[in-house]
Amino acid sequence: MIKKTLSIIAFAASLTATGIASAETKVGFVYVGPIGDHGWSYQHNQGRLAVEKELGVKTTYVESVKEGADAERVIRKLAADGNDIIFTTSFGYMNPTNKVAKKFPNVKFEHATGYKRGKNVSTYSGRFYEGRTLLGTIAGKMTKTNTIGYVASFPIPEVIRGINATIIAARKVNPDVKIKVVWVSTWFDPGKEGDAAKALIDQGADIIMQHTDSPAPLQVAEKRGVWAFGQASDMKAFAPKAHLTAIIDDWAPYYVERVKAAMDGTWESKDTWDGFKTGMVVMAPLSEDIPEDVRKMVKEQEKMIIDGTLHSFQGPIKNQKGEIVVKEGETMSDKDLAGMNWYVEGVDGTIPK
Amino acid sequence: MLPKLVMRQAPSKAMVYLSPVLALVLTLVASIVLFLIMGVSPAAAWHAFFLEPISTIYGLTELVVKATPLVLIGVALALGFRAGVWNIGAEGQLILGGIFGGTTALFFYEKTGFHIIPLILIMGIIGGMLWAAIVAFLKTRFNANEILTSLMLSYVADLLMNLLIHGPLKDPDGFNFPESRLFSDSALLPILYEGTRLHIGAIIALLVVGIGWILLSRTLLGYQIKVIGDAPAAGEHAGFSPTKIIWITLLISGGAAGLAGAIEVSGPIGQIVPVISPGYGFAAIIVAYVGRLHPVGVLFSALILALSYLGGETAQIKLNLPLAVTGVFQGLLLFFLLASDVLIHYRLKFTQQATL
Repeated sequence: MIKKTLSIIAFAASLTATGIASAETKVGFVYVGPIGDHGWSYQHNQGRLAVEKELGVKTTYVESVKEGADAERVIRKLAADGNDIIFTTSFGYMNPTNKVAKKFPNVKFEHATGYKRGKNVSTYSGRFYEGRTLLGTIAGKMTKTNTIGYVASFPIPEVIRGINATIIAARKVNPDVKIKVVWVSTWFDPGKEGDAAKALIDQGADIIMQHTDSPAPLQVAEKRGVWAFGQASDMKAFAPKAHLTAIIDDWAPYYVERVKAAMDGTWESKDTWDGFKTGMVVMAPLSEDIPEDVRKMVKEQEKMIIDGTLHSFQGPIKNQKGEIVVKEGETMSDKDLAGMNWYVEGVDGTIPK
Repeated sequence: MLPKLVMRQAPSKAMVYLSPVLALVLTLVASIVLFLIMGVSPAAAWHAFFLEPISTIYGLTELVVKATPLVLIGVALALGFRAGVWNIGAEGQLILGGIFGGTTALFFYEKTGFHIIPLILIMGIIGGMLWAAIVAFLKTRFNANEILTSLMLSYVADLLMNLLIHGPLKDPDGFNFPESRLFSDSALLPILYEGTRLHIGAIIALLVVGIGWILLSRTLLGYQIKVIGDAPAAGEHAGFSPTKIIWITLLISGGAAGLAGAIEVSGPIGQIVPVISPGYGFAAIIVAYVGRLHPVGVLFSALILALSYLGGETAQIKLNLPLAVTGVFQGLLLFFLLASDVLIHYRLKFTQQATL
């Protein structure tokens, strides 16, 4: 019995080993949240739908997969089921993805936001901080109380980068502005996110930003009559007045490109960190409530980021003690950005350790 | 006409064993409606839920891997519940076990030796016991409600884990991401079947089932637990110390949860991550009750619950069923299990007036 099953497994493995990628190409997706979060997982799912529509391939997804022991089983199941390329879309899937990849050398894996690659494992992420620079400019110009409220998830470099990019840009147009941060220790919990927004508004913030996935902070801002920005997707529907704009993660072009590469055999392992230039990061329409000169300025900044004349982390950049960390005329390297674990001047409080 | 539950004189022996089967049949029947609404063939859905996940050897081993922490914690919680000690905070005790065991594993990073794994497991047990000891102390010294204290300590444990994994336990080469280093091979639980994740934790869980059974049915302590739980006054009259029972049952359940935490980090996960359990400590409460607070019953109910998790994933992959359907399906299964359980011990009687 065992022998028979093993031979069936071996046969199935040999089928995937031939790696015939064609119209029968199968693509798997693993999401950390529900596809209805209207944020992170929602946008990845939009990317999946684009792949289905443009390439006519069969896709499969599993939502709300916990980042512990369960992830490896789900990823392995997708690989064993004959998916040719599998996208694992949360940082916590990094080690499980690489473990499974070693056992399925003919399946291609794409891991979002991680740093471990392999022969058949690529990594990709968006330069969302470029969007934060524009939000910072708008916030710096529009705040009356000179206080930006920031609902943050976990003190990882990705989130800290966003906070820093915001304050650097905001201070360029308004040297008195500061950021207050509330850590909610979750990516998706509308209750906690909303409470954090309330606390920030009570502390004088008149612009709410977030690095969590639900529209709850926006809804609070709408109710309390302050401004806010959407996260990961255009969230205007949730706060028609408060919503100034949003950073949109657009995974569709990348997903289509990579699945196509897998189909025609040109797929190679690589690291992708794209922003405005390739359209992995795009801005939602700017609200009419943003003064026209600010809108112009933001559009100009977007162009400059695309053509490389502006970088979100250009010197001089000071840390909280006022010491210069990045000198005038220098920009931070991708390596330093990837591991960023310190606040720049203008952020209130300390990073939780 | 109001229905009223009246206790049966004696539960039918046959039905005690048949009720899980009955519950399963009722779940299958009720789920026909659910799956038809979703536009899926019920037969295909049942296949995805119950058969597909265990249709390969690998699937079977994964079922055991998933059920292992549930069995470990479920058996130990059942002991406490028998004694009327409501430890709701096994999740927190599990996290502490993960922290203690995981830190031990990191302490022996790139070292070898056969003492490492036993030490990890023992430290896990100690971590869980310490966390449960706080509950026992507050209960016996100040008569603080253990449901509240144990539950609240779970949240404290979660935050403690966050604090440590963003700080001292963080991988020094990990770009500040909240994960520890991957443990060295010497700190990973031995695998029982090459090519799978089936680890020695499964054997430990089986041993715990055996120990739990013997303890409950063959020892004085087991007898004391049952007496204190069923008739506290009689127990005290007989000279049994409720304080002792509170301490012992909490230390046992805390230790077992801590052991499960150490097994998870040094087994299927292989490192410390911010969330090491998808809620095993809470799910084990359900497991304990569905298993009728009997160690062998717990073993089976843990396997059923584990299968429903695996089945939920398969249903998403094979049939594109949303995760919420899995939740409803699991809910139906538990509902019918508990409902038929109630009806074994009670019967419905229709009376003219409600008696208060």
